[in-house]
Amino acid sequence: MATVFKRPHALKDLSMHYCPGCTHGIVHRLIAEVIDELGIEGKTIGVSPVGCTYNNYEYFNCDMVQAAHGRAPAVGTGIKRVNPDNLVFTYQGDGDLAAIGTAEIVHAATRGEKITSIFVNNAIYGMTSGQMAPTTLMNQVTTTSPFGRKPDLHGFPVKVCELLSTLEGAVYVERVSVHDIKNIMNAKKAIKKAFQIQMAGKGFAIVEILSTCPTNWGLKPVDALKWVQDKMIPFYPLGNFKGKDLEV
Amino acid sequence: MGEKLLMKGNEVIAEAALRAGCKHYFGYPITPQTEIAHYMAKKMPEVDGVFVQAESEVAAINMVYGAAAAGARVLTSSSSPGISLKQEGISYIAGAELPCVIVNIVRCGPGLGGILPAQCDYFQAVKGGGHGDYKMVVLAPSSVQELYELTVDAFNIADKYRIVTMIMGDGILGQMMEAVEFRNQEEIIPADKSWATTGTEMKRDNNMVTSIYINPEMLEKHNQKLQAKYKQIEENETRVEVYNCENPDIIITAFGTVARIVKNVIKTAEKEGIKIGLIRPISLWPFPTQEFEKYAEVPKAFLSVELNAGQMVEDVKLAVNGKRPVHFYGRMGGMIPSQQEILDKVKEILK
Repeated sequence: MATVFKRPHALKDLSMHYCPGCTHGIVHRLIAEVIDELGIEGKTIGVSPVGCTYNNYEYFNCDMVQAAHGRAPAVGTGIKRVNPDNLVFTYQGDGDLAAIGTAEIVHAATRGEKITSIFVNNAIYGMTSGQMAPTTLMNQVTTTSPFGRKPDLHGFPVKVCELLSTLEGAVYVERVSVHDIKNIMNAKKAIKKAFQIQMAGKGFAIVEILSTCPTNWGLKPVDALKWVQDKMIPFYPLGNFKGKDLEV
Repeated sequence: MGEKLLMKGNEVIAEAALRAGCKHYFGYPITPQTEIAHYMAKKMPEVDGVFVQAESEVAAINMVYGAAAAGARVLTSSSSPGISLKQEGISYIAGAELPCVIVNIVRCGPGLGGILPAQCDYFQAVKGGGHGDYKMVVLAPSSVQELYELTVDAFNIADKYRIVTMIMGDGILGQMMEAVEFRNQEEIIPADKSWATTGTEMKRDNNMVTSIYINPEMLEKHNQKLQAKYKQIEENETRVEVYNCENPDIIITAFGTVARIVKNVIKTAEKEGIKIGLIRPISLWPFPTQEFEKYAEVPKAFLSVELNAGQMVEDVKLAVNGKRPVHFYGRMGGMIPSQQEILDKVKEILK
């Protein structure tokens, strides 16, 4: 019988700790599939963040380094500068990348560091139980914006792709989503392209992935997927911001 | 020994690191140590090495974390306020058991303080400036020659024990030009780095570098392993200079540049019939407790002279353990004690 579907080799045969309906598992799988397809597991080093995915170093079969909150792009810089032939990716959430790690992501991009950041944006702090994130939408209720995010009190959400695409060192910037099959396939394409750009030595690449947090959003998994489509995408438009036509 | 040159302390640190096989430097400018970065920026390309001027000390120490995880000999340098910023990273590096060398050319604080020499970061260095139960090896040179030799040793110690090793000096040492004699060949002790994240090449299980252990039994075991390692370092790596300590009236203890002033005080005092001994801790951690225990009942009293409000004196008191009075004399804010001031203090104690 022909095998039509199997676990990617780059992913370990473990059950993940994520909540039901969380899309981190999908993103992990997409990364692993891309690593398999490019045949780069043996030279890939992943950098885990602080947040719900702090221990995703347990799930990948490639070498992994766990970083302090927000510092993954600096850690990735250190790894890549020692062994430029390695493929280095950081896996970061919105609190990690867009709040505490703003300096590190901006300057890794500024330097054109040849690493790839996979940025999972679910508009909330998941691990610490649903606080307001830099990417929390206007009027969105969180445990630290219990009456909704208000401009006077909290300011406005950060659009990371729009921000980073102004930097010359960032050569590939794309926002995707994993709320349905079509978008999951697009997300995989973007991750693959971002990795190929790094392998070709072109510069810094980032893929922002709109993702769910049903637990902290207080939504059922299916409703959470719909929330991505109805609420997040209108504010965070999908698409390529930079490097679409870059040859790899 | 080989070539003898007249060089600035900070440049000697950089040269020593290069000779010790360090090909990766990450740093952020701050006075009075920036010549280290200047030297590295110029010299690293010659050895096919890497110099990165980071966006902050926080980023620099995390680049060090990444480079050390990838198995490299790696250096960062800074001065007090910058070292404070690095504390988060130092704690992670200690937790993940990665080897690296950090230079702190101490300036006076607190806050932005001033750029002049001080030893006010002693507590931060030896008691753990970051969170958690960890130690770093802290070496305190008192001459440019020693800056060279201890920097080379620092890399070997870091690799051997997978530990952060700090070279702690001050602006006098960093900025001073002094003769330094280089060895023709450095002893670079090979270390096992099979744990490094260099890519599996599909030939081994994956390596993971981490400092998080959610399971309390595992985290306690990890901590016990660290403590056992620190114990071993205390046994093997304690360094101290004992000078003129045969039947002294008083033993002064001082480290770094202050110890040089004290040596001059010893000569002057001898002419006045006062015999002063010196115990100079070279490793601030591990602290040379045994040496103090050995001499605890030899002099009438001990005097710790420091460029701070009294930090090392606490460790001296613990080591002397009440057997003799332990006095303190210190200057702060970048002020340096004169020989006369120290001698006057000695006379006051012996009166």
